[in-house]
Amino acid sequence: MTTITDSDLVGRGAREGGRLFREWFDGLSRAAAEDRGAAYVFVMGSLAELLRTFDLPIVFPEITSLQTAVRKVADEYLSLAEDHGFSPDVCGYVKADYALQVRGGQHPMGRIPKPAIAVLTNACNTYMKWGEIWERLHGTPVFTLDVPGSRAMPEPGGPNPGDFERDRRYVQDQIEELIAFLERLTGRRFDIDRLRETLRLTNDMGRSWRRALELNRATPAVFDAMLEGTIYLGVANALRGTAEGARYFTDLVAELEHKAANGLSPLVDREERHRLIFVGVPCYPIFRRFYQLFAEWGGVFVSSTYTWFASGGLNDPYEYDIERPLESLAEGVLRGVTRAGDAMLFHDRPLLESIDEFRADGVVYHPIKSCRTVSTGLADSRRVVLDQRDVLCLYIESDMMDKRVVSEAQLKNRIDAFFEGLDSRRIRREAAGA
Amino acid sequence: MAYAAGVDVGSTQTKAVIVDEAGAIVGRALIPTGANVVAAAENAFAIALGGRSLAEAEVGFVIGTGYGRYRVEFGDAQVTEIVCHARGAARMFPRTETVLDMGGQDTKAIRIRPGGDVIDFCMNDKCAAGTGRFLESAAAALELDLEDLGPLALKGRRPVAISTTCTVFAESEVLSWLARDRKIEDILLGVHRSIASRSVALLRRVGVEGEVTFTGGVTRNPAMVAVLNELLETEMNVSEESHYMGALGAALFALERMRKGREPGKTAA
Repeated sequence: MTTITDSDLVGRGAREGGRLFREWFDGLSRAAAEDRGAAYVFVMGSLAELLRTFDLPIVFPEITSLQTAVRKVADEYLSLAEDHGFSPDVCGYVKADYALQVRGGQHPMGRIPKPAIAVLTNACNTYMKWGEIWERLHGTPVFTLDVPGSRAMPEPGGPNPGDFERDRRYVQDQIEELIAFLERLTGRRFDIDRLRETLRLTNDMGRSWRRALELNRATPAVFDAMLEGTIYLGVANALRGTAEGARYFTDLVAELEHKAANGLSPLVDREERHRLIFVGVPCYPIFRRFYQLFAEWGGVFVSSTYTWFASGGLNDPYEYDIERPLESLAEGVLRGVTRAGDAMLFHDRPLLESIDEFRADGVVYHPIKSCRTVSTGLADSRRVVLDQRDVLCLYIESDMMDKRVVSEAQLKNRIDAFFEGLDSRRIRREAAGA
Repeated sequence: MAYAAGVDVGSTQTKAVIVDEAGAIVGRALIPTGANVVAAAENAFAIALGGRSLAEAEVGFVIGTGYGRYRVEFGDAQVTEIVCHARGAARMFPRTETVLDMGGQDTKAIRIRPGGDVIDFCMNDKCAAGTGRFLESAAAALELDLEDLGPLALKGRRPVAISTTCTVFAESEVLSWLARDRKIEDILLGVHRSIASRSVALLRRVGVEGEVTFTGGVTRNPAMVAVLNELLETEMNVSEESHYMGALGAALFALERMRKGREPGKTAA
């Protein structure tokens, strides 16, 4: 009989996440070597469940781009794109991917296959211009799904109001067009039972994902939502609709429940002193160091809006109805894209709720130079939070790709001052309670 | 009698303040930081001691602050200048709720509680256009001493519009106004208004409440004080010690730590 020890369990999510990620890139490298084209998709409205039924390798250009920053080579890619005429102000993800295409798919994690088809939504205005680049470089067919900004979203399981149902039907019609196109592209017939299976696996993954996020309400928190949370997020996107992905998250919940039951913190050498919420996209050029700047003060990110808007809708408790797969997939895309937009642009209310539910004492806003979509309105959000909750807020700006606009000394100075303020409040509260 | 000290190693100048057990300033120093940050901290501390002929051993606790705080090698601890300016301002002007610190490369807008606890702060990011460095560029372009800028600007009546958002380009913009025969005092008043408007925008981000205390090296510039007062529609608190506010705050923190160290069961660190 095999006994799972504490050391096997604790940290398994991070270790296995790394392994699965490497395997995903290995699979992409094999596809590139065999000259098989991939489906290029984005995390918001990826339709991965559908594309997997056609056995297309799936590339998430946002993830392959950010990995160049994590692997410390983004500057090579950004410089090449700028040499070819891109402005320093253009999205760093787009520029890194452009350079990747020009370099024949060469990537620090392997080789990325060319796009055989690009499937995108209007969730981000950059997606469509990005698709045009692949059209010009490779003649890639680009399928743009027009997802209306539905404002009449029903509760999961509840009846669909008329407006929402019309929006859903509009999305479904487009998905049916996409299926016909995919049949022509791949020479395969669409298999609706395979779609049922991938949707079921995403349902399983989604339940575990939400449970994992919820478990971080424990004191101490069981994972850092910016560090480990980003690893979990990568697996959730890359392996959406797969058995490995669903199993990974089942195992992750077991690990996190164990940590919650035993009071195990993600901070290894210090106590959790401050519970924080992260708003924005991490600083990938100095990802580990960025995390340490908070961790060395005993700060733990208990929640992150990144795990909301970049999870492809997994944080929404909606589950696909596998008896009505196409109808349900359309509803999931409509809900997921709308929720993602809300999490970026209208996050005030869920943020206030999270401050209460996760007992956070600080909020860190991290607007980034190269993505105005995700950064717009953060200063206003900060003001709302300061008005309505007794927390401290930190507002620091850098980038998710471009280390030229990441000044560690300036970041550290602001972060240190933020924690000095948090420490001072804590001391005062403890004194008042003593 | 025991003393505590704060050493504020800024990007342009290094300040040191020594306080007695009551928190009163008994020694101060102000020198250029230069390239040798460690030596600047040591020299400033030595000068501050020398004013009262104090020995280093009489100082029970030293806190370093400013960008060079980790290079105050004789210091016992480090605290950011944001928190130190807040503490110094609250000590000097107890009804302070808003602090504006304008230094060589940084401008900070800070909201505080009575006593000096920081509620919120904002700083200039990636750009020194709203800081003292902007004044230095203008002084260089006009071949004037920094100290002369404020008094000259106060004579201005028709300020020019300085539109640049870049300190480096400010110099060429100043020269272009000279080429158009505008008076130096009007150009300088325009420069001051440009810097002040950026600082006021920072202040609005944290919210301007209660008394506003102005700190940092630019407090010695009377035109900047006047323009800020006009834009903020208030009379900011300014004193001769405003330039030393960060070092004073650090010294007050040092005094607190020193006292804790004397209480049974507590350490100074």
